[in-house]
Amino acid sequence: MTAFLEGTSLLLLLSLAAGMIRVFRGPTAADRMLTAQLFGTTATALLLLQAFASGEPAFIDVALVFALLAAVAAIAFVRRYAAGEEGE
Amino acid sequence: MNILSMIFIGVGIAFFLAGTVGLLRFPDVYSRLHALTKADNAGLGLVTVGLCLQSGSVLQALKLVLIWLAVLVASTTACHLIARSAWRSGAKPWESR
Repeated sequence: MTAFLEGTSLLLLLSLAAGMIRVFRGPTAADRMLTAQLFGTTATALLLLQAFASGEPAFIDVALVFALLAAVAAIAFVRRYAAGEEGE
Repeated sequence: MNILSMIFIGVGIAFFLAGTVGLLRFPDVYSRLHALTKADNAGLGLVTVGLCLQSGSVLQALKLVLIWLAVLVASTTACHLIARSAWRSGAKPWESR
């Protein structure tokens, strides 16, 4: 089971790396923010998988904090974007 | 039990990979949002269900479900806000030709 969890964690890391392409390409700031949103969710899943792979339940609390902070980041972006800050 | 949770986690990871591919391949902000929310909701949900089967205590399983619910609420709100700000800043929806 541990090997399976490590393997799926690796797949998630690879998908994070692929998502970086969208951050570099853009074209709008909203696209980049979407990728950040996906990164937050992927990191949450990654932490949950690692909590069970390593048998360290503290990672679950870290994942909970990640899930809550991702919303704050998106709302901060929207407030700034709506205030007339251009992303490009 | 192990097999069942492997199936759940495997399908969840497939949703995450599909979400990333959609993010890279879809033509505009709005369709990318569509790809993204599948990864958020179904992907993390299935991973959570798979891990719940592995967890030793009910309390830990409830915490996992709580994380999923927090992500659901957060991503729904965030996706709505991002789509609205993109619309107001003048991003045009993609039209097929």
